[in-house]
Amino acid sequence: MTTQVNENQFDEAQLEGQFASTIKAKDRIEPRDWMPEKYRKTLVRQVAQHAHSEIIGMQPEGNWISRAPSLRRKAILLAKVQDEAGHGLYLYSAAETLGTTRNELTEKLIAGKQKYSSIFNYPTLSYTDVGTIGWLVDGAAICNQVPLCRTSFGPYCRAMIRVCKEESFHQRQGYELLMTMMRGTDEQRASVQESVNRFWWPSLMMFGPPDDDSPNTEQSMEWGIKTHTNDELRQKFVDMSVPQAEALGVTFPDDGLKWNEERGHYDFSTPDWDEFWAVVKGNGPCNEQRLAHRKRAWDEGAWVREAALAFADKSAAEEATK
Amino acid sequence: MSNEPSINVDHDEAGANIEHGDHENAYSGLLVNDAHWAFGTDFEDPLAGVDTTVPEGVDPKDLAAYCLMLGDDALVFSQRISEWCSNAPDLEEDIALANIALDLLGQSRLLLARAAAADPGLVPQLPEGSPVPDEDRLAFFREDLQFRNVRLAEVPNGDFAEAVAKILIYSTWRLAIFERLQSSRDSVLSAIAVKGVKEMTYHRDFAGRWVLTLARGTDESKTRLLSALDGLWPLWEELFETHPTEASVAAAGIGVDPAEVADEAGVILDQVFAAAGIDRPERGVLAGVRGKKGRDGLHTEALSKMVADMQVVARQYPEGRW
Amino acid sequence: MTQTPATRGEWPLYEVFVRGKRGLNHVHVGSLHAPDDQMALRHARDVYTRRNEGVSLWVVRSSDITASSPDEKDPMFAPAGDKVYRHPTFYDIPDDVPHM
Repeated sequence: MTTQVNENQFDEAQLEGQFASTIKAKDRIEPRDWMPEKYRKTLVRQVAQHAHSEIIGMQPEGNWISRAPSLRRKAILLAKVQDEAGHGLYLYSAAETLGTTRNELTEKLIAGKQKYSSIFNYPTLSYTDVGTIGWLVDGAAICNQVPLCRTSFGPYCRAMIRVCKEESFHQRQGYELLMTMMRGTDEQRASVQESVNRFWWPSLMMFGPPDDDSPNTEQSMEWGIKTHTNDELRQKFVDMSVPQAEALGVTFPDDGLKWNEERGHYDFSTPDWDEFWAVVKGNGPCNEQRLAHRKRAWDEGAWVREAALAFADKSAAEEATK
Repeated sequence: MSNEPSINVDHDEAGANIEHGDHENAYSGLLVNDAHWAFGTDFEDPLAGVDTTVPEGVDPKDLAAYCLMLGDDALVFSQRISEWCSNAPDLEEDIALANIALDLLGQSRLLLARAAAADPGLVPQLPEGSPVPDEDRLAFFREDLQFRNVRLAEVPNGDFAEAVAKILIYSTWRLAIFERLQSSRDSVLSAIAVKGVKEMTYHRDFAGRWVLTLARGTDESKTRLLSALDGLWPLWEELFETHPTEASVAAAGIGVDPAEVADEAGVILDQVFAAAGIDRPERGVLAGVRGKKGRDGLHTEALSKMVADMQVVARQYPEGRW
Repeated sequence: MTQTPATRGEWPLYEVFVRGKRGLNHVHVGSLHAPDDQMALRHARDVYTRRNEGVSLWVVRSSDITASSPDEKDPMFAPAGDKVYRHPTFYDIPDDVPHM
């Protein structure tokens, strides 16, 4: 018995060495590889949170499908929200290779045991928000996600390549909608500015808490699950967005926003982290609504999923007796 | 960071030294480019490059009225199916239903544009200089009593069994009509039908498969399916009643008299029912008002609510640009 | 296929292979859930090809794939001829095995 344990310990050390050298060589870890339990858990948590974000993220924009003001925009919006379902599906698949099923993850989401991006706990109050979400929220998501195309876990990395390709359409359609509206009436221009005012700060919060307040960052970066810090990505996003806003003809609601020649970056004010934590902890404007919606869809679909399995079993049995 | 606005985020650029050339190859040929995104919604004029001359011997008003009927069917039914978005029993079904809604939305856009091109007198007037295109004027600026869809299309959504039963009935009926419409003397209608036949063959297949699955799945799924079919059946006959407009376009060789396809559609549906081991419901026909029904602009109470919701943003900005 | 407790109530996992155009190999593009093979094909078409005409699709149950990847180092697997995924449902552990 003792010998057994010692042998295992020896193996473990050797496996850890192999794992570490794979990471160091910037090679991908694949599902059948040995991996530290904590790496697996961190990845499952991250991929699940990402998948949940895609699925919950269908709701705020889905809210405007029935009211989209032109047939073309209705089709674009529906296709976009459909893409989000697809992204969720790819990501849940990546999580499955780590030994957790989509059902398990969905149950955890519904039970409030796993998180999704807090941005989706903000309401969409005008159709214009569809454009703003495309531009700012998808834009921020892309900043977060593009580096993940090089993440250390193979299936996650492959899912992200697909997701990022499609996301770039989303961002473009959002920006293009806003540009078109800015060429429209005064009321439309006012609506764009109003929407941007509401979404700017929540978008900045999408990169997560400041680095000194983000306990998981260091280990995740070492493992190649995360490749940039929250603050680095936030800065990159601000730098990218300011000229886009100028081209669009809108302003961001931040008096502290200005170019810093010395740093070579834009300075900006501190987001309201109290609000951020309130939303993360479940007190955002739409937390309950979003989860209730997801739970209702999931619960109401249970009989359909069961029926399909029962039918498959019956068909297989019939096939077998033929 | 240059000051040029860059909305078209390049993954390789943003990811720097990205090492996924092998994956890029793996995905080549898949649908991740503009042309395939959002089902070709990225063009402004749905009939661009199409000869919209009305064939000789055809009253343009009849052609337009007929296109409006078919276009409203597709628009209203698409609107209903799109309500499933984020509500389906599982992600795969959510995506499938969105595909169907998108196909129908595409059909309606073409049909409404054809109606407007054939008879500009149909198109609602908006303030001078309004950029709203004709097909959107028809969709968003007509009153509910001017909608010419069959009442089946507007039935409020029930459970998933109701959705698949409704799609089966609609697509069985519509496919039979479109198969004939492919040889319409109007080249636009004919082209729309050719495209639509491919799409609706898939819709019917999807719905037929699910009807079979639910009928032979569990007791609950069978009960739900039977109840759904029972609820929809009173609207079956209306699908095959000939409106004077349909009679006249059929006589002119540009449209189809729905009464002609009644037997064929009934046989196909009965085949599905037989395979599913269920009986055709026995229900009376849903009456109209003094004989007037959907094709006459006489609807159920559900339509005005749907139309109000669908049109609210467009009507808020009658001179809006989208 | 007999269901293990972990998979009961969940549609099985399928792997999807797509040939984007003639002349290319089928390539693994991802996975999805479906109650049976026919539905898996439909789902694959909806999810992975946007129903593009003329695209060839293969679907296969993940549990039916036998894999050999000697450079992937997991002591729980035999050197060759094992499953694609490190998936708990692929370990059919009898109920009477006590917790370690």
